[in-house]
Order: sequence, then structure tokens, then C-alpha cells
Amino acid sequence: MLWRAVVGRIGISIVTLWVVSLMIFGMTNLLPGDIAQIMLGQMATPENTAALREKLGLDKPAHIQYLVWLGNVAMGDLGISKAGLGAGLGTPIVEMLGPRAFNTLRLTVWVSVIAIPVSLAIGLIAAMHPGTRLDRTVTFSTLSLISVPDFLVATFLVLIFAVYLGWLPSIVFLRGGESGWLLIKTLAMPILTLVIVVSAQIIRMTRATVLNVMSSPYIEMAILKGVPRRKIILRHALLNAIGPIVNVIALNLAWLVGGVVVVETIFAYPGLAKLMIEAVLLRDPPLVQACAMIFCTVYVVLIFIADMASILSNPRLRHPK
Amino acid sequence: MSDITQSNSQTTQFDELPDAPPKRKIKLSWAGKTGVVVLIFWAIIVAIGPMIAPYYEGDILDEELFMVPGGDEYPDTDFQPPSKIVYLGTDYLGRDTLSRILYGARTTIGISFIATLWAYAIGVTLGIAAAVGSKLLDMTLSRLNDAVLAIPSLMLALVMIAALGSTIPLLILLTGIIYAASVFRIARSLGQEVMVSDFVEAARVRGEGLWWIITREILPNIAMPLATDFGLRFVWIILFISALSFLGLGVQPPMSDWGSMVKENLPGLIYGSIAPIVPSLAIATLTISVNMIVDDISAHSGGKLAKRMIS
Repeated sequence: MLWRAVVGRIGISIVTLWVVSLMIFGMTNLLPGDIAQIMLGQMATPENTAALREKLGLDKPAHIQYLVWLGNVAMGDLGISKAGLGAGLGTPIVEMLGPRAFNTLRLTVWVSVIAIPVSLAIGLIAAMHPGTRLDRTVTFSTLSLISVPDFLVATFLVLIFAVYLGWLPSIVFLRGGESGWLLIKTLAMPILTLVIVVSAQIIRMTRATVLNVMSSPYIEMAILKGVPRRKIILRHALLNAIGPIVNVIALNLAWLVGGVVVVETIFAYPGLAKLMIEAVLLRDPPLVQACAMIFCTVYVVLIFIADMASILSNPRLRHPK
Repeated sequence: MSDITQSNSQTTQFDELPDAPPKRKIKLSWAGKTGVVVLIFWAIIVAIGPMIAPYYEGDILDEELFMVPGGDEYPDTDFQPPSKIVYLGTDYLGRDTLSRILYGARTTIGISFIATLWAYAIGVTLGIAAAVGSKLLDMTLSRLNDAVLAIPSLMLALVMIAALGSTIPLLILLTGIIYAASVFRIARSLGQEVMVSDFVEAARVRGEGLWWIITREILPNIAMPLATDFGLRFVWIILFISALSFLGLGVQPPMSDWGSMVKENLPGLIYGSIAPIVPSLAIATLTISVNMIVDDISAHSGGKLAKRMIS
């Protein structure tokens, strides 16, 4: 039964990805501008534009183009970036993505390593003492943090650490090959911004989840038989809350990969999200498609992990109705 | 002992007619009350803002306004500190911050509110259709919905705006579609819960039509959680539109909008200008107060909403 549930979820993920690929392809085809003409620039004559269009397969109808693209993507060939590189040549997208993906991954890993344990601990502590001043402080400050735009958090951090204190640079300038203290200093601001935004969400949801489990009958039973509160939370409530909490973490990580757009823009951080914005501005459909597919795949995989976590932690979900 | 409590609850239950709908009492805490006051304040500003604004939103103020009496130097008008002429100072072009906030309230809150309504119109309609419709319809709509949810919303907006240009109707249309996906999820799961309940079964056995069941049974039963969710969604949409404006893709100048006001005036931070702070505070007071009200209401509805937000 467990395997059927797993296979079912995998099937759903694949179908979702397929629909996503259709939507992405359709959307990028809306981008204005003739790619062949953009590539040729000043050398564009009607004849060689037509020739290049034929070479790139742009003269074929849209559904054929889609199938060719889908086949290539499935084989791991993301195509060639078409704009901004003069006549004909272009860089393979896989090469362009490498360093950018590394940067975004580095950012995400740092943020998760810091944010997840800290916010789980704070959420748990708040749930252990509901209604106290500590709990109200945590609730109110996280509520305020999820209510303000993330660019605001970033702005205030720049104001404090870059303008007034002058400790940290206000934009990220990666030369490559930084290490140790310098690297930490360079990355500190974007990491801090994201940690604050993501933690606020995880803290709130951890607290809500644990409190929710705390109102279930078996916890009442444990209270009635005299188990100390700390033990109830750690042994009964937390174990049952793991599924939903993993869910929340996965959702936040998915948000982190895509939602870093604002943060990467403010700090000029050379990550994937910024690459995609550049690609949109340069009218480079293959690059936009590749970036979008990566983001969506990561999202779908994380959601899949979240689903699996809740199925594994809650035996009742192993038997879908 | 259990007998006593049971009989007590019996008597209280029959104080009113058995088939009367339960009275919903919402007692707001001080935080919720503050939220309501702030919300009413902004609603009034949206209604009368442009009328009470001292200047027009695009007006670049005259240097003569800021001339020191007796001096003959023309001062710079940009990033002026608050004074009796401009109560909240001026922005990077020398426009009155207060007037721009008052005009911007209408843009920011108006666009977000219409977009939220639009998201609800699509999301609830399709969500209920999926809940009551055939399995195939449910499957199709749900997969489409998952796909929209899987594309990061800012990216989706980015591509669409790059392709179609940034106009206010497009902005509303796009935001509505993007956020309809999450409304769909909630409306569908709420609708499904009601569909399997005994009273819907009873209505079916009575021979009521689908339309009757939707309007008389489903909608009234999901209205309250949806209303609460509306608040949350409204906040998300304000933040989303502000983020778009911040990236330069949202509301275009010379119209004022709080998100772009923060962005335009960021350089002023270095000179200690309050021009970027004021619109930030405007956004924050609005969103925090809506969230405080929502928090209060969902705390009183037994945390059911919190549960739904997690799953």
C-alpha cells in the first residue's frame, strides 16, 4: 500500500511537470521580438534572417517546436542561449547555469542550515509556554515580519549594517575564489535577510502545529495521567508534528529557491533568479525556459518530499481513500 | 458527573430553536481592535485621500516654497526634511511625500483589493466546481492548479509583464490569476468537506438540485473560513504588488504607489531622509493590522484555519 501511494505521488509530480512545461513554453513564446533578428543584429537581411530561423527550427509550427524542446530537455540538453552574443554562436545554457546554480545553492544551503534549527527551537519554546509574555513577543514579532515586504527587511538591514555601522558591503560582489572571513562578510546580508523572512514563517507554523497537536485527545490523556509538560511536548507532540513541520520546511525551501528574486536583485547577487530576470530583459526564450524549468522542478521535488514526509509520519495517510 | 454536564449542555442548547444557525460571536483582542481601527483609517484615506492631499501626486514643488525668509539662495527641493510646508518631507524629485502617500493609498490598496476579489471570483468558482463536479473535472483542474502553483509567482509575473507590458488592468488580471491558484486549493478542500456531510446527503435525498446545494449548503458553510483567508490573501497580494513595483515592473511613474515609492527613494536613506521610510510604514501598518484581525478570528474559530494553512 505504501508503494502504491509513493508511485501515485510520483505520477502526479510528473504530470504536474508536464503541464508546467506546456505553460512555460507557451508563455515564453509570448515574449516579443524575433530571436533570429535579435541574434543577427545589424547584419539582419531578410534572407539570412530566414535562413537562421530555419536553422534554429523557428519556422516550424509551435507544437513541433515544443516537442523538439521537450525532447531535448528530457535528454538534459537545455539548448543554446540565443540573445546578446552576436551572430550565430551563443553559449550552451548548461554552462551558463553552472556557476549561477552554485551561487543560489550556496545561499539556500546557508540559509536553511541557520534558519531551520533556530526557528524550530523558537517555535517549540513558544508552543511550550503558550500565552506567556515570551510567546506573545514571538507571535507578534513573527506576525509583523511576515507582514512586511522582504525588500523592506533587506532595506533596513542595509541601513543598519552598511550605512550606519559600515560593517558589511551593501551589494554582493563575487570575484570567485573568496574564502573564509571575506566570503562570510560578502554573503552575510542576503543570508541574513532570507533567514529572517524564512524563520518568521517556520516559527509561526511550528508553533501552530505543535499547539494543534497539543489539543488532541491523547495529549489530554497524557496530561491527565500526570506526565510533565516538557516530556509531553518532546515525546508525544513533537513526534506527531514532524510531518506537518517537514511540510512547512519544504514549502519554505521551495519559496527560497524562487522567491529569492527580490533579494538577489537588491544585493546584485549573481544567482539563478537574477539570471532569469536578465534573460527576460534580454528576450532570450531558451534561457528563460531553462531557468523556469529548473525552479519548477525543484518546487515539485520539494513538494513531493513534503508529501512523502507526511505519509511516512502519519500511517493513516498511507491508505488513500 | 458526566450526567450533570450533559444535562447542562442540553438545556443551553435548546435556548434557541434547534435549527437556528449558531450565533457567531467574534471577540477581538486589543491587537485585533487596533487592527480594525488602522484598517478603517486606511479605508477613509482611500476614499478621500486625493481630496485632502495638499499637492498633486506628480507635482514637483517650487523652490520658492522652501526659501528661507531673508535669504536669496534657492535651496534643493529633493529629500527635504518634514516642515510646515511639507509635513512628511519631499522625495527624490522634490515631490510632497504626504500627497504621494495619500494618492498612493488608492493605487496600492485599490489594485490589491480588486486583484483579491478577482482571485476569489476565479478560485472559488473553479474550486467549488472541482468539489462538486466529476472526478475528471477535479483531476484536470487540480493538475492545472498544481502547475500554476509550481511556477514561482514573481517569475510568472515577470515573464508575462515582459511579454505584454505593464498596465494596471494587466497587473490586476495577472495577480488575480496567480493567486486564484491558492484560493482554488482552499475552496476545493472546504467544499469537499461540506459535500460529504450528512446535511448535503439529506438535501440530495430530498431531491434538491446541484445549484440549490451549492448556494444554500456549501457557500454559507465555507463563507467564514474563506472570509478569513481573504484577509491573508489580501496581505499577500499587497506584498506581491509592492514587490513588483519595487522591481520596477508594477505601477509605472508618475503614478504613486507605496512599493515604487520605497524603491525610488532608497538612495535618500544615506542622507537620513524619511522618504523611503514613510511608504514602508504605510505598507507595514496596513498588512500587520489585517494579519492581526485574521489571527484573532482564526484563534476564535478553534485554530481550524491554522490547520488548513499548514496542510
